[in-house]
Amino acid sequence: MATLNINGTTHQVDAPDDMPLLWVIRDIIGLTGTKFGCGIAQCGACTVHIDGQAARSCVLPISAIGDKKITTIEAVGETSAGKSIQKAWLDLEVMQCGYCQSGQIMSACSLLGQHPHPNDEQIDTAMAGNICRCGTYPRIRAAIKVAAKEGA
Amino acid sequence: MSQGLIQGLTDKYIVANPPRRNFLKFAASVSATTAGGMVLSISMPALSQDKQTQSYDELEAGKNVLAPNAFIKIDTNGEVTMIMPKVEMGQGVYTSLPMLLAEELEVDVQTVKLEHAPPNDKLYGDAMLGAQVTGGSTSIRAMWDPLRQAGAVCRSLLVTAAAQKWKVDESTCQARSGVIYHEASGRKLGYGELVKVASALPVLTKVALKDPKDFKVIGTSAKRLDTPDKVNGLAKFGIDAHPDKVKFAVIATSPVFGGKLISVDDSRALKMPGVLQVVKVDNAVAVIGIHTWAAKRGLGALEIKWDEGKSTAVKTGDLIQDLRDASKKPGAVAKKEGNAASAFKKADKTLSVEYEQPFLAHATMEPMNCTVEVGASGCDIWVGTQIPTFAQGMAAKTLGIPVEKVRLHNFLIGGGFGRRLEFDGVVQAVKIAKQVKGPVKVIWTREEDIQHDMFRPYYFDRISAGLDAKGKPVSWSHRIVGSSVMARFAPPAVKNGVDPDAVEVSADPPYELPNLYVDYVRVEPRDVPTAFWRGVGPTRGTFVVESFIDELAALAKVDPVKYRLELLNKTPRLKNALQLAVSKSDWGKPLAKGKGRGVSVMHAFGSFLAMIVEITVNPQGEVKVDKVVCAVDCGLTVNPNTVLAQIEGGVIFGLSAVLYNEITIKNGRVEQTNFNDYRVMRINETPVFDIHLIKSAEAPGGIGEPGTAAIGAALANAVFSATGKRIRKLPIGNQLQA
Repeated sequence: MATLNINGTTHQVDAPDDMPLLWVIRDIIGLTGTKFGCGIAQCGACTVHIDGQAARSCVLPISAIGDKKITTIEAVGETSAGKSIQKAWLDLEVMQCGYCQSGQIMSACSLLGQHPHPNDEQIDTAMAGNICRCGTYPRIRAAIKVAAKEGA
Repeated sequence: MSQGLIQGLTDKYIVANPPRRNFLKFAASVSATTAGGMVLSISMPALSQDKQTQSYDELEAGKNVLAPNAFIKIDTNGEVTMIMPKVEMGQGVYTSLPMLLAEELEVDVQTVKLEHAPPNDKLYGDAMLGAQVTGGSTSIRAMWDPLRQAGAVCRSLLVTAAAQKWKVDESTCQARSGVIYHEASGRKLGYGELVKVASALPVLTKVALKDPKDFKVIGTSAKRLDTPDKVNGLAKFGIDAHPDKVKFAVIATSPVFGGKLISVDDSRALKMPGVLQVVKVDNAVAVIGIHTWAAKRGLGALEIKWDEGKSTAVKTGDLIQDLRDASKKPGAVAKKEGNAASAFKKADKTLSVEYEQPFLAHATMEPMNCTVEVGASGCDIWVGTQIPTFAQGMAAKTLGIPVEKVRLHNFLIGGGFGRRLEFDGVVQAVKIAKQVKGPVKVIWTREEDIQHDMFRPYYFDRISAGLDAKGKPVSWSHRIVGSSVMARFAPPAVKNGVDPDAVEVSADPPYELPNLYVDYVRVEPRDVPTAFWRGVGPTRGTFVVESFIDELAALAKVDPVKYRLELLNKTPRLKNALQLAVSKSDWGKPLAKGKGRGVSVMHAFGSFLAMIVEITVNPQGEVKVDKVVCAVDCGLTVNPNTVLAQIEGGVIFGLSAVLYNEITIKNGRVEQTNFNDYRVMRINETPVFDIHLIKSAEAPGGIGEPGTAAIGAALANAVFSATGKRIRKLPIGNQLQA
């Protein structure tokens, strides 16, 4: 039995230590907003926050989390960065299929936590780990800037 | 899965399912369209079995719902629900199609609730494709009239109902934002209040549609209806289906194409915690677990013996040699105008070259998946699919049960690009679920998804032209050699050996070419399965035609834009687009060392595009795409912002392929595995876009694929401009490295 703090709720889960957080969140807890994309931390679709920092949940064994706070896309809107990123995403019509966007939004929120007014290079560094096959990158860049401005 | 197998199944299926007869009419090219994805009120389209077999008018007549056709339901609260004949893969149809309906129905599009349609070709078939298929950039083109008509018919019923209630002339009543007004008396009734009266009225088959100058919704950048649930994780894709007591399956398919399963030693796997069962299907093994991780670990503990079959030594080079050999013999004639051969002999200058385009994976962000429960009452399937009726039919056939017993619940799609026009994953999941008690969710790992994709086929083109003394082309001969996806997918579309998709654009170049000869040689890549891929024929054809016309311009020593403009008089909308793109770009201005500028034009899917691309090639031979200027004439535009998004996304999708992507085969198996060795474009590599939409009153064109189709040649031509090297084989990869 492992104890995980997910979106402010404590969950007792019956899962092996090496089980990646992604599958605990999706298959056991039943929160499906966090997506499976590659399983090897190459695409970022599975991005969640561990104590506010972006992390790839597909390669993060639950034994490595301890009592740190896990935030998923379902709850990121409760943070101020999350709120402004979600709003900018809708205002600029960033999304197409939307499958990767949970991860994009989690990475973008983490970026704003570190750099409230990121420049292009900081955006590239923070977001290059998140693949979007629909090609929404130009709008992601623009929306991060809008969210940064409005959050200021 | 072998070519023959799918062909056989398809043929039988057509016979077994009469509604699919329409599909034989299929003549247009099917294609892939974009990635995708909505949810709104449809978190889970748990449609009842009844609804799948009856039409909505039968169901709803006389009830508290007005449903004069298969697309609309209005309840007594005035809530308007639209049943979506197309699936959302990101291309924006869950906004643009409701806009068509709302325009004539006179409701605020933002208030329309959406439901995925159940499988039903009769009610939701696309007249261009002949079945309930989303692909080929046809959604707007095929639904433009039917959905406006559906909205108008429903509005006319509501107007009639109000006029009857008020005992006034219909012409004195007006519909606006879900309300019928009688201005003279100041009376008004909401649509909900008119549902009961309106549902008792006879439904007109056709009513007059608005003059486009009166459009209030069409032509606006209405906000997307599918995205609010995509920013908070609530949107449901097929992979998110979670029926009660669902089990989880991970699969291993024969790594060699055409290989078979001999035996599995599952003794270790079955002892592992959370592993429930091991199931064999055809050429694959599935481990069933209490969660995906248990199943995945169990899979790793299996000892599987494969019969690798006859393809075990096959490599990409063998398949290319097959194409090269076949290209030496004449093919089926797709176009013959004048006499290209004799004009070639008399030409002042000639050029003959070969182009090659690789196998490609779709690599949708949402890996292939399908959740199925097979029980006494039939079969439930939860999946995001571009072909709901085919998937339903194939599941029924696989199980040997009537099609009505298969309940297919469609979902948002996390990227289609043509991959979800195929039912291989559905049939496999059904075969697994048949052996499992309760629902089972089959998820392909990314490695399975890439290695057992159905690939964009390798194409080999031979092309030659002769120029007169002034440099104008007087002879043009083009031989296209490759797999025919159409021959498997829609056999009747192939006539006299010509696959209309394989030769699209190539057989009808936009240029004035007096002596034109185009033929096609079908060569299948042995056991490698092939499928449609975003932009289909036009992506391949435009790369060749637009690369070659650029080569001819260089041979004639004429500026490539000027050369094209002089030959484009028979395609004025394309000429106009090119002139606009050039005027918005820096075309003709001096270039710094390492910089290049390339051009291409594209006419397909009912749309016209011109692109100017600027790139930098660094001393290491790496290409950075700096800027894409694009002029788009896609006729009357339904949602301009969606058009912009599709061009941006289509170009980026195409750039990944042209710069980096190829599926290669060694020892009968795919060498690439995941995003670490199947590289796709990332945000730091993305160009700046400058897109210009041309205002037009022409019929709407498709927009999901043109961006992908147009970018390849523009980029290759920019490489020539920067380096003097012609790219005749894709991807660019490391060809420019010293």
